[in-house]
Amino acid sequence: MTGSLPKRVLSYLGLAVVAAYCLAPFYWMAVSAFRRPQDQFDNSIVPTRWSWENFHAVFSGDNGFGRALLNSLVVAGCTTVLTLLIGTFAAYALARLDFRFKNAVLGLIVATTMFPGISQLVPLLKLFTDIKWINTYQAMVLPSLGFALPLSVWLLTAFFRQLPYELEQAAMVDGCTRGQAFRKIIIPLAAPGVFTTAILTFIAAWNEFLIALSMVNKKEMQTATVAISKFTGVSGFDQPFGTQMAAGVIVTVPLIAVVLVFQRRIVAGLTAGGVK
Amino acid sequence: MTTTYDGTPPAADTAAAGAARPGGRDVQGTKRLAALLLSPTLLVLALVIGYPVLAGFRESLYARGEGLDANGFVVQGERFAGLDNYTAIFHGDRGDAFWNAFGNTTFFTVTTVVLETVIGVGMALIMQQAFRGRGLVRASILVPWAIPTAISGLLWRWIFQADGAANAVLRHQILWTADGFQAKIAVVIAEVWKTSPFIGLLVLAGLQMIPREVHEAARVDGAGPLQRFRRITLPLVRPALLVAVLFRMLDVLRMFDLPAVLIGVNQKSVETLTMIAWFEASNLRYGSAAAYATILFLYIALIAYLFVKLLGADIIGEARQHSKRTRRNRPVKGRRKKVTA
Amino acid sequence: MRRIPPIGAPRTTGPLVTGPLVTGTVVCAALALTLSACGGDGGGGSDGAASTASLTGRGPITFVTGKDRSGYLQKQLDGWNADHPKESVRVIELPDEPNDQRQQMIQNATTKSDAYTVLNLDVVWTAEFAANRWLTQIPKDKVDLSKMLPATVTTGQYRGNLYAVPSTSDAGMLYYRKDLLAKAGISAPPKTYAEMWSDCDKVQKLPEGKGVDCFFTEVNKTESITISAVEAIGSAGGSIVGADGKPTLNTPQAEQGLEFLVGAKKDGRMPKEAVTLDTEGGRRYFQSGKLLFQRQWPYQYALADKSDGSSKVAGKFAVAQLPGPNGPGVANLGGHNLAISAFAKNKATALDFIRYLTGEQSQRANLLATSQAPTLASLYDDPEMTKKFPYLPVLKQAITNAKPRPVAVKYGDVTAAIQGEVYDAVTGKKSVDQALTDLQGKLGPLTAQ
Repeated sequence: MTGSLPKRVLSYLGLAVVAAYCLAPFYWMAVSAFRRPQDQFDNSIVPTRWSWENFHAVFSGDNGFGRALLNSLVVAGCTTVLTLLIGTFAAYALARLDFRFKNAVLGLIVATTMFPGISQLVPLLKLFTDIKWINTYQAMVLPSLGFALPLSVWLLTAFFRQLPYELEQAAMVDGCTRGQAFRKIIIPLAAPGVFTTAILTFIAAWNEFLIALSMVNKKEMQTATVAISKFTGVSGFDQPFGTQMAAGVIVTVPLIAVVLVFQRRIVAGLTAGGVK
Repeated sequence: MTTTYDGTPPAADTAAAGAARPGGRDVQGTKRLAALLLSPTLLVLALVIGYPVLAGFRESLYARGEGLDANGFVVQGERFAGLDNYTAIFHGDRGDAFWNAFGNTTFFTVTTVVLETVIGVGMALIMQQAFRGRGLVRASILVPWAIPTAISGLLWRWIFQADGAANAVLRHQILWTADGFQAKIAVVIAEVWKTSPFIGLLVLAGLQMIPREVHEAARVDGAGPLQRFRRITLPLVRPALLVAVLFRMLDVLRMFDLPAVLIGVNQKSVETLTMIAWFEASNLRYGSAAAYATILFLYIALIAYLFVKLLGADIIGEARQHSKRTRRNRPVKGRRKKVTA
Repeated sequence: MRRIPPIGAPRTTGPLVTGPLVTGTVVCAALALTLSACGGDGGGGSDGAASTASLTGRGPITFVTGKDRSGYLQKQLDGWNADHPKESVRVIELPDEPNDQRQQMIQNATTKSDAYTVLNLDVVWTAEFAANRWLTQIPKDKVDLSKMLPATVTTGQYRGNLYAVPSTSDAGMLYYRKDLLAKAGISAPPKTYAEMWSDCDKVQKLPEGKGVDCFFTEVNKTESITISAVEAIGSAGGSIVGADGKPTLNTPQAEQGLEFLVGAKKDGRMPKEAVTLDTEGGRRYFQSGKLLFQRQWPYQYALADKSDGSSKVAGKFAVAQLPGPNGPGVANLGGHNLAISAFAKNKATALDFIRYLTGEQSQRANLLATSQAPTLASLYDDPEMTKKFPYLPVLKQAITNAKPRPVAVKYGDVTAAIQGEVYDAVTGKKSVDQALTDLQGKLGPLTAQ
């Protein structure tokens, strides 16, 4: 895998193109966030005057944005953990066990993602109102779990299937139980896939808006996306563009940082003990 | 690798669960185990999606009172409307609006999914090649996907404004956000930017799971890079790629918030089927909204079915295992035969 | 959440996935329990009482509103809560977007939840909310409406009954560049369209008038174009929906009104990008100095007058009544009213709270803190106020003469139809006659009663 020099240069060039494609609009967002409110709609490549004013505004007094970030973390974190746990069970069954109606189950699971999200809103709201779940975390986690499971189950199934069953078989011949074989052989090998599934689930739950807005009417329980929707300008029609962009930066950057830190550790941790 | 591979036909492979234990008890055990493992997922989905969908379907057969009584109050109660909510969708002005939205939805699906797939696979291959800086770039391609849609919609709305960055770069004034074809292009650009990382990430994960030995064996066999991509890489990442593309399709067919934030609601050029359902619901015609949702479901189900039929007879993997097995055919000893039907 | 199913395979020891996942699940369950221990009291489906139910019951209530912009609302609530410890008010903030606010309120009503007590309603929602029995009727003798501007009181009524008490108002005004008019030797702002165009021609001949567009009113396909249409047609003496609740677009006045909007766009009196400019876009355009006349809400006054460099027209503009075809035109009415949810508890407290928020003291303080237009007539003539907000006399006149948008139970459908047809006419996709005929046809069934 040690390429020649021109090949390496080419691959770095490729990386640069990918990074530029993904980051250019984000750069614009960050720059807009750092402009002074009165220069908000400049088109200069760098702010003429740098300012933290928009970031201060995000965390100002009654926005409760810090608490909202914590709530988002709890909701998205719980959703991710539960999705992976439940999803792994289901994916194991779909990838490794033989039973009738397997395709029907797969079809049923994917069919649940074919309805527009709005059609689930009112019935769920009625249900959660009846069982007094309004203003609780579970009222946000459970729907997010439902939205995340189909993709996760399908992905995990595809990733597990990608690994030959014979690997586990060999381990079972060596005396491992089925569960041990799966945990010690497949999970480590599928680590990149599992980790990617986790990231996608986390982001989807982190960005969920409609359910979080409808199920919660207390400020202490609202999530970051809901808090952002309540940002206002100074008066009726005034759009708080700078504050919204600053909030966008604030909800995105920690996510990326966490991914950066964790991708090595988690992948390495999961891979450790694998047969590779 | 110390693994063994068998030469039995692919169908037998899924029966391998029975390998560890003997006979009839085993079938029962496997069934029970499968049921146990699947039940949490199915339970959650039944509660969160199944129940609301059934409630919605019932709703679609009813119509809410719309007339006013003598005092100006809306007549209460609902009446059974049969398929009226469905047939109304295809008549008159609403029929035109439906087919327009149907066309938009299809247009967005085809253009964005094709572009996303090409760009996403390209991203993954580039990242797979590099060995330094990959982690950093992999994290950075998450950025578009991680920004909440409402915020990235606003960002793009600002970029596409008459005096915004897009026109400044192009040095030409295009009224992107006015109702018209250019609004479609704006939505496609913003959507592709946001979602191609999704495909890129999943394909990369698939690539990373390919044992290095496979590539090296092929290289030793004298396969060129293009050949290796077509014969080895593509078949191996195919399951992950197909799942990613399938779910992208399902998502974009239900697209709602990006066009709504970027261009606005009730705009002919970008109105999607979900946006019509939304409009109906927000004007209290829940029955009609549910009918739109059901029709959209049927359309999506049809597309998903065709996709799975055409591109992966069994999208989840038999195809791949098959391709792998044809390349390696070391026989295995003591392999148990398939025991279940 | 903690019920993790055991693995069913016989003699399988140890969970399938151990370590971080299980720990995470336990942490999640614990978090959900501790952090939400205070939650869970928002629901409760009390049966929807008839909207004429008496205003009884005292105790804690909620005030449901789009987010307060000034941070001042909490102070007003603190004042109330200090005096009424047993009838405290909690704010439920809704998103900034009016459509999202309406949707949340409707969801609350559809589920008959008692979570929302006092609702801060946009003026155009009154008919829909009242007709669906989501509001409690307020006896007219329980609130002092006599001191409020009559036009604002009308917006809180449905079929002659009061459902909402006006708390803030709003109306369009003509912003104009007094510096440019003075340079062109014009002493007074235009009263008619003809004057406006001739003033503009004069200004554009000046060196300073180069690249300055004549006029802008919002014509992007949102609620704004409905407002522009109501103002244009109203200024010509017509209406969109008449007093009898039937559409009136087959009149010469309606045609004259719509012709004005279409002509202003077609003849280049409006900027090329007019169809993409929203309210804020219009403000930026005016503040960049590229616009001579603009129809805009009062909020722009303070922002365009800022001397921090964000506005190039600070100190160079003034406001007047909107012009019309044959004399002063008619503005459209905005603003918010306070109503009591039909499904709420403690309605007696709610009524007292509404009286408190709409009383003189609160409205005066609110105007000073937020510059939102009050509904009490006296505040517009108060010297202290007019000194701080010089546009108040103009605004008072605008509100007094203003016309509301169509009063319709199906307002969402009505405005969507208006937006579509007027936009098609303005962008030249349809002739004015065709658009009016089509709109008349569409509004007929929507407003039938």
